[in-house]
Amino acid sequence: MGQTTAAFDEMLNPAGGVRAAYADYREWFDGQDPALLRRKDGEAENFFRRTGITFNVYGDNAGEERLIPFDMVPRIVTPHEWRKLSRGIEQRVRALNAFLHDIYHRQEIVRAGRLPQRLIAENAAFLPQMVGFVPPGGVYTHIVGVDLVRTGPDEFMVLEDNARTPSGVSYMLENRETMMAMFPELFTRVKVAPVQDYPRRLARSLAACAPAAAGDRPTVAVLTPGIYNSAYFEHAFLADQMGAELVEGSDLRVVDGRVAMRTTCGYEPIDVLYRRVDDEYLDPLTFNPNSALGVPGIMDIYRAGGITIANAPGTGIADDKAIYSFMPEIVEFYTGEKPILQNVPTWRCSEKDSLAYVLDHLDELVVKEVHGSGGYGMLIGPTSSKREIADFAMKLRAKPGNYIAQPTLALSTVPIFTKAGLAPRHVDLRPFVLVSPKGVEITPGGLTRVALKKGSLVVNSSQGGGTKDTWVLED
Amino acid sequence: MLGRTANGVFWMARYLERAENTARLLDAGSRMALTRDVMTAEAEWRSVISTVGQAAGFEAVHGPAYTGDKVWNFLLRDKANPGSVLAMLEGARTNARSVRTALTREVWEAVNESWMLLSEWLSRPVKEAMLGQVLAAIRRQMTLVRGAMDGTMLRNEIHNFTRIGTFIERADNTARILDVKYYVLLPSIAWVGSSLDNVQWESVLRSVAGDRAYRWLNAGAMDPRGIAQFLILDQRFPRSLHFCIDKIRSNLRGLAHEYGLETGAHELLRGLGTQFHDATIESIVEHGLHEFITEFIACNQQVAQAIERDYRFYV
Repeated sequence: MGQTTAAFDEMLNPAGGVRAAYADYREWFDGQDPALLRRKDGEAENFFRRTGITFNVYGDNAGEERLIPFDMVPRIVTPHEWRKLSRGIEQRVRALNAFLHDIYHRQEIVRAGRLPQRLIAENAAFLPQMVGFVPPGGVYTHIVGVDLVRTGPDEFMVLEDNARTPSGVSYMLENRETMMAMFPELFTRVKVAPVQDYPRRLARSLAACAPAAAGDRPTVAVLTPGIYNSAYFEHAFLADQMGAELVEGSDLRVVDGRVAMRTTCGYEPIDVLYRRVDDEYLDPLTFNPNSALGVPGIMDIYRAGGITIANAPGTGIADDKAIYSFMPEIVEFYTGEKPILQNVPTWRCSEKDSLAYVLDHLDELVVKEVHGSGGYGMLIGPTSSKREIADFAMKLRAKPGNYIAQPTLALSTVPIFTKAGLAPRHVDLRPFVLVSPKGVEITPGGLTRVALKKGSLVVNSSQGGGTKDTWVLED
Repeated sequence: MLGRTANGVFWMARYLERAENTARLLDAGSRMALTRDVMTAEAEWRSVISTVGQAAGFEAVHGPAYTGDKVWNFLLRDKANPGSVLAMLEGARTNARSVRTALTREVWEAVNESWMLLSEWLSRPVKEAMLGQVLAAIRRQMTLVRGAMDGTMLRNEIHNFTRIGTFIERADNTARILDVKYYVLLPSIAWVGSSLDNVQWESVLRSVAGDRAYRWLNAGAMDPRGIAQFLILDQRFPRSLHFCIDKIRSNLRGLAHEYGLETGAHELLRGLGTQFHDATIESIVEHGLHEFITEFIACNQQVAQAIERDYRFYV
């Protein structure tokens, strides 16, 4: 595959020397006994298995618990790179929140002719129930994960915004724990910015968004669909780390104008609900009537100021892939500034000329469903057979508005540890952002996902991707 | 804490206790069978199955032939047996996983590791040569979980519900063993000086890990009334009915203290406590050992139900 050879290697420069970010690490690595490293590699897997850091896979073996493979070579970002990234992320996240407020109020951006009305009107993620309502603290998307890819020394691009319920932060934390347990000496040698206070920041950030009905010490709960959900480990982990209750829909009901949880002593009100349940299942009285995962009547309580829901219902409109293609305009419209982070060039197949181009170039493009996620239902042209491409073209012609297309990017590589030594693999990066009325906080680090198969560009854990610890170096 | 969470830790503890009790029962049963002729051995295995109340389930799969390897595989790992050790471990682990935030990391890991290890051991039929090792592994893992609980859990409501689950299950188990064996034991209790089936008594004591303790207390003399008294009334023996009742009572007291409120379960326990306090082995034998045990099992179940209701486990 051509793009593999052209990819930017984050550890080595083209002449074969070690780039500055990795200099200390590589010096340490070269001094290690490979046999010892291999043994440690095995220990890491046992550690994850024993502590139950697993995810459930949908599909073939429903309910099976799997591990996300962990690679012991860290992904390293310099302080200089991080400063630019965090400025760009903060700008983007502020724009996303402003956009959401606008979309559910006057829709100035549509009136200004910068965004087609139909992208809102025809979008299932747009919730009429949110129109004219301001969430407590004015925050729509409290927790954001911004997916970044890198194509060169100075080229970071945003691949995707996750504004509804970004997952993976528990892996950021557990990967660091694992690295510190495996190689404590590395952390005295290299100064790495800590990530461990994320749960405390999350708790504080959520509490700062408490509704008017809350007391001095707001009660925060994490709402999970239950133990069979793919991200259940993370839900339990975050609740545990925050000291919050982990609740399911069956624990909750509306009591005296509040959403309350059934405790051993009766019902007690919840002030802030960090929900990891999709909008559709949140309230059977308002949305999907068959949902057993949500709370009947919660939307009424929400609109009456009795509870904060994080992220707010209806935020999905902002991370839709069709909206994504307008993010440069959105950032400029609400911040008055040029975007610091670039988008990946995107063809909207709903537009006739773009569709024609995409159909002509399917073998070199990545085509994604507008509402899809997790790497399901996408086409990666360069690695697909003629047959797969022809099949996909039929789907695309039938519903062009369902798809966007992007060039197949030469994602940067970071080495992974293999039996044969270090070998470069493609990576992306998801930093985690917290938003409250007090400001925007970005944890220095994030989740680095890595495609373990040589040459593969698919980093999703559901498709054979692994993870790495992500280090932001300190000055 | 959430009612659902209380339910989760309560049943996690019950399932773990039941897995351990089943292992002990099998251990005593296999000892017993080894020392008997084929016919008596079969009767012994049958009584093991009826102690756990699975006769119908067993015969539906294997018919009326109670051979050792069928019995222990049925109790350890048979998919047709909802009360198998494997099913109990899965139940305990699923409950633990759904209430992870209520458990310390060490307790969760002990439960998870036990499940990983034992479900591997129990993934294939257990051969006679391996039985002893498998049963020992089950006991050892459960001891590990108990140690993690003892050493790391806060002494709060979560701990109280866990302990109540453990002792309700344990009391039920000891009572069931007595209930199944009473017909063998009854003549020797009623007739002082009758010929005593020492091996039977040993077996009962062994199935509740009380053989050594009893010999130590009684200098090796196998006195039937003494043994019955030991299993029912001795407040020092951690598997006697009275001991379990005391523990349930004190953990319920802990809940009342924490919540500032007593419930129907407290009332039931007060009644039971008085009954045990006033009882002697003579009065129990006079009343009828079988009746006493049957009433106890029913009452113990009422306590469990009252707790589930009063503390909103389900609704």
